[in-house]
Amino acid sequence: MAQVTATPPPAASHRIRRARSRVPVWHVLWLVVAAIFFLAPIYSVVQFSLEGTTPPQTIFHWYHAVFDDPMFRSSFWLSIQISLETVGVSLLLMVPTVFWIHLRLPRLRPVMDLISILPFVVPPIVLIVGLAPFLRDFSTWLFVRPEVLALIYVVFALPFMYRSLDAGLRAIDLRTLVEAAESLGSSVPRTLLTVILPNLRAAIIGGSLLTVAISMGEFTVASLLGFFTFPIYTYQAGTSLAYEGVAVSFLSFILVWGAMLALYLLGRGGSSAAGVAIRE
Amino acid sequence: MALAELTDSGLAGNVLAGSAPPKRRRARRWAFLGVLPFAAYIAIFLLIPTGELIVNAFRTPSGAFTLHNIDDIFHAPFPSSFVFSLELSAMSALWGGILGFLVANAVLHHGIPRWVRPAYLSFSGMAANFAGVPLAFAFTATLGSLGVVTGLLKHAGFDIYPAFSLQALMGASLVYLFFQFPLMILLMIPVIEGLRKEWREAASNLGASSFAYWRYVGLPVITPSLLGLMVLLFGNAFSAYATADALGISNLVTIQIAQFINGNNVYDPQDAYALAFGMIVIIIITITIYTLLQRRTSRWLK
Repeated sequence: MAQVTATPPPAASHRIRRARSRVPVWHVLWLVVAAIFFLAPIYSVVQFSLEGTTPPQTIFHWYHAVFDDPMFRSSFWLSIQISLETVGVSLLLMVPTVFWIHLRLPRLRPVMDLISILPFVVPPIVLIVGLAPFLRDFSTWLFVRPEVLALIYVVFALPFMYRSLDAGLRAIDLRTLVEAAESLGSSVPRTLLTVILPNLRAAIIGGSLLTVAISMGEFTVASLLGFFTFPIYTYQAGTSLAYEGVAVSFLSFILVWGAMLALYLLGRGGSSAAGVAIRE
Repeated sequence: MALAELTDSGLAGNVLAGSAPPKRRRARRWAFLGVLPFAAYIAIFLLIPTGELIVNAFRTPSGAFTLHNIDDIFHAPFPSSFVFSLELSAMSALWGGILGFLVANAVLHHGIPRWVRPAYLSFSGMAANFAGVPLAFAFTATLGSLGVVTGLLKHAGFDIYPAFSLQALMGASLVYLFFQFPLMILLMIPVIEGLRKEWREAASNLGASSFAYWRYVGLPVITPSLLGLMVLLFGNAFSAYATADALGISNLVTIQIAQFINGNNVYDPQDAYALAFGMIVIIIITITIYTLLQRRTSRWLK
């Protein structure tokens, strides 16, 4: 009798666990469909590059030609320079501004939220219609220099940088930190530099990674203003030399993946920030 | 770092807050100066150019007021490119929305192995941002006339060419789907997670099947959100330029605008302003719909 009463509970709990963990067939089906759809282009890119040579060689074969191409080197270097400039200008502009708004002007936060969705309302292809003639009249000196791209990309990166910094500042007790620093005789700029910045490290790195990803991949404005950045090189390689173009595309794929992986490892929840990219 | 520890006592802040009110009030009057550099930057690189663009849409080259530019949007070849832009955006948003919802729901199922979720999420973060020129070339290598998958299908007896084309609605939607679909997965996950566990438990206690739960509880609650996110995807596809250009699509609004700026302009350059203005109007409409739907959802979800 005792044995009989003792056995049902484990059996029941076992059955419950099994019922819970049974995954409906259609869930598996959709996951497989998604995996096939996502992996097919990646598989094809690798496979496609094998077909260009006899005997077949790996995709890395094409990178010899690509890496030796001076056009590749100059365009890639230019894009890296522009990305770093974009991150620099963006941080210099945004960190003090968002810090100041959180500290002294919280009333402006709805305004900032509104401004940070403006780059979605005015996508790159639309903005450049108004910006190109305006900048040409504003400063011809600036207009012909590649640095102008960095200044424009700061606007495209604004929503991501703002959201990242905003979330970072929300997570710390800013007022208390600043007042504590003040009581020890620290000036506001020094507090920002030595107390707030270390606390915002994750937000700053996250925003910067997204900014780099945007600046490295931006095609619309660079092409319409006539600067030879990495995406433009990819475009030309793809339209003139099919295999090299595909190999370079694979390289950009790895780059974006690296940036997103870093972001994911950094935040775990940071993937939501990676969500809405500005579409070019 | 030592300062951060100090504030844990919670004392310093309270004592100091009351110590210097006159100074604080004077400081507040000048506080706005701190945002001036940012305001100037946004004015120069975003607000003034956008304003000029809108004003120029209603101006002749000499500066007089006119509705001629706006009227031009409604004459060939522009209406057909607006139609194709809208069709392509709607198609990719619809499929991206449905598939994204299904996959997000599957990923969140508690029976799925643990590694699946981070794998799909990190890949989605990547794919949602992998757009533009490389995406177009990747799909040319996949489903172009000499593509790898095209070859596999041909081998299996399905020759998709010449009926299929990456420049037509179906083909281009598939390419756009590569960033729309994962974007929807990322945006949909917090929405599904927001559905209260008690509702599902209550439904299953009353004997409802999983299907009945979704039909009568889950979907009605989630629908505004689902539609709202699809509207967001629509706007996302509508502004796409680089992907379409590298694919070789010519009858999209964004491509037509670019042709004016590139210098090989065939028509009145004032039309670029009018087209850009038309795009802004459509995007504002989509964002308004999105906001309204989002507000409806927030009544129910956590």
